[in-house]
Amino acid sequence: MQPEGGKPRRLTRFDHREVRAALLLCAPTAVLMLALLVLPTLAVLGLSFTDAELGVPGFQFLGLGAYADLFTDRAFLRAFRNTAIYVALVAPASVVIGLVLALLIEAEVKGRAFFRSVYFLPVVSLTVAMASVWQYLMHPSFGPMNLVLQRFGLPSINWLGSSDNVLTSLALIGIWQALGFNLVLFLAGLTAINRDLYAAAEMDGVRSAWSRFWTVTWPMLGPTTLFVVTITMINAVKVFETVATLTQGGPSKASEVLLYTIYKEGFVYLHIGVASAMAVVFVAVLLVLLLVQTKVLEKQVHYA
Amino acid sequence: MAPALVLKHVSKAFGTQSVLRDVSIEADAGEFIALVGPSGCGKSTLLRIAAGLERADAGEVSLAGVNVTDTRAADRDMAMVFQSYALYPHLTVRQNIALPLAMRRLSGFERLPMIGRITPSARAKHASIMADVERTAEALRITELLNRKPGEMSGGQRQRVALGRAIVRRPKAFLMDEPLSNLDAALRVHMRAEIVSLHRAAGVVTLYVTHDQEEALGMADRVAVMIGGRILQIASPEVIYTDPEHIDVASFIGSPKINLLPGKIVHGGRLFQAGRYLFSGFSGPERDVTIGIRPEHLFLSTEAHEDSIPLFLQRLEFLGSEVIAHLKNQNDGRALIARLEPDHASDVAGLKQLFASATDHELMVFETDGSRVRAAASVADGAASYAA
Ligand SMILES: Nc1ncnc2c1ncn2[C@@H]1O[C@H](COP(=O)(O)OP(=O)(O)OP(=O)(O)O)[C@@H](O)[C@H]1O
Ligand SMILES: [Mg+2]
Repeated sequence: MQPEGGKPRRLTRFDHREVRAALLLCAPTAVLMLALLVLPTLAVLGLSFTDAELGVPGFQFLGLGAYADLFTDRAFLRAFRNTAIYVALVAPASVVIGLVLALLIEAEVKGRAFFRSVYFLPVVSLTVAMASVWQYLMHPSFGPMNLVLQRFGLPSINWLGSSDNVLTSLALIGIWQALGFNLVLFLAGLTAINRDLYAAAEMDGVRSAWSRFWTVTWPMLGPTTLFVVTITMINAVKVFETVATLTQGGPSKASEVLLYTIYKEGFVYLHIGVASAMAVVFVAVLLVLLLVQTKVLEKQVHYA
Repeated sequence: MAPALVLKHVSKAFGTQSVLRDVSIEADAGEFIALVGPSGCGKSTLLRIAAGLERADAGEVSLAGVNVTDTRAADRDMAMVFQSYALYPHLTVRQNIALPLAMRRLSGFERLPMIGRITPSARAKHASIMADVERTAEALRITELLNRKPGEMSGGQRQRVALGRAIVRRPKAFLMDEPLSNLDAALRVHMRAEIVSLHRAAGVVTLYVTHDQEEALGMADRVAVMIGGRILQIASPEVIYTDPEHIDVASFIGSPKINLLPGKIVHGGRLFQAGRYLFSGFSGPERDVTIGIRPEHLFLSTEAHEDSIPLFLQRLEFLGSEVIAHLKNQNDGRALIARLEPDHASDVAGLKQLFASATDHELMVFETDGSRVRAAASVADGAASYAA
């Protein structure tokens, strides 16, 4: 709203003092943000156009050529593809299973807190510690998972040791990790749905649990689902600990993923320039995911 | 003709808390019954039991002569309007109003978007639904809102849409749970009239829950006063106000509240108030009673006479068409309230001391358990002629 007869107001001396005070109060945060966030980001961006290596004096400016090299680099492309597959396995499964479990738990009044804690355990436990448990579970000869398979007369599976299976096995662990968080978010979303809507649906002749879900639950869970999907995808893109502890990208690079490749380029081979370019691509992927959420899908799930 | 909607001996407890105790209501076809009572007395619970959204522990619900106690809500053919409107926020007004029709007239396949209309018969059904929606929207004057979503409308508009969703499929009964309590005062008064005329036009039995006694008295054919999980009285608004059967009904209905004075029935069935003899005709033993006088029946004068109560005038509250006098009984210090004509108020304004009296037949006498007790014949009408 514009004040009527609006002549732009001049700043009085008092206003100037206020402005100065405001700037002073913002300064510490602004300086910290600059030093810890903006400058390093700019440095990475700058380095990404070079072939800098740690310990090697001098470097060459490659410009966009650095990125062109990246997209012809087989190792990077494989990491990119593996990450995409991992995300494509983990995100849908952990979202759908999380939602189904949340619906089941919500429908059963008793034992709600118990199931919630059980499924939330992976979220609060240390991934690295849990990885060694998974290593045991998935051990080819004495791992319980294979023992169970054998009990039922099924062939053993080389979970982590075969390049055909390793990504799926890692995805299994990833689903287990993401499930609890998604479940708790969905439970919160379900609790927030106005009970009157279910009563209204019943009065309107919505009879089956199936149509009740599509008439009320699913539309009302829209914002929750969008958030869960985004968070799960971002977390899956960032997969690192399980790869670093269980497979180190192997066997024969079948489980190389983006973050692990960046880590190796930067901290093992000390190729700062390449690692920076990869990091920029990595951040760009995350930003695109976020952008899709906030700009495109947000409009479709918020009705008010 | 069988009553349209019957609740028979309905009881309900949540855990150990008893919420409804043996509630019975019989509503005739086309009748508008308001269920009024203080917050938490169980009105919504009773309405949800009538709807089938909640199961009663005991009792029976029947609709149009059919026992529906074990029928689920979706199959009872009643419509409900909620205080929170409970519109589907992701659907447009048109889709919201169409939903109950679509659920009943279309098969699961025909409800699918796009391909549901593939057959000519499905297309015809969709068209008839849309025609019904349009007709309802016209009746409620919300045609220009049909393409909006609930989030883009005011509370009053949303309430209209909620009403539309209820009336569109011509149910056997309307159940409304405080549909107006989220609206501002002016709109509430306006919507009252509108709901009443919608009800007249539809001619469908209506159970209307409210905690607003003005709404109950103004809208309903009969008012059921519910307090503490029991229906204390169910009668026309006039009877509820002028002839309450229970002290709680008398004090809940009426604003400002009825004045209550301690009284005593003594030997010979004669009623005394603070030592003053009022009238006789009561039976039973000597006992304490409570005497109720509506504020408009308290007559104030500047001069004392035989039966009058001496009062201090504390404050006058000017409300336009009437003036409320806040008074204090000189004998026992109790507060009393009188409702005056503005002309009369100017006579007493500025005075400290006043005297109140009331006509005998306007007094209501209640036993200590709250039930109404009546004199065999009012002395004011001449007991002698009855005795003869
Ligand atoms: N699902 C429930 N579980 C336990 N107690 C309940 C439940 N629903 C209602 N109650 C209790 O039953 C009593 C009656 O509730 P109800 O909602 O019927 O009151 P009401 O008359 O509609 O009140 P209001 O005017 O505030 O809407 C309240 O004391 C409430 O706490
Ligand atoms: Mg209620």
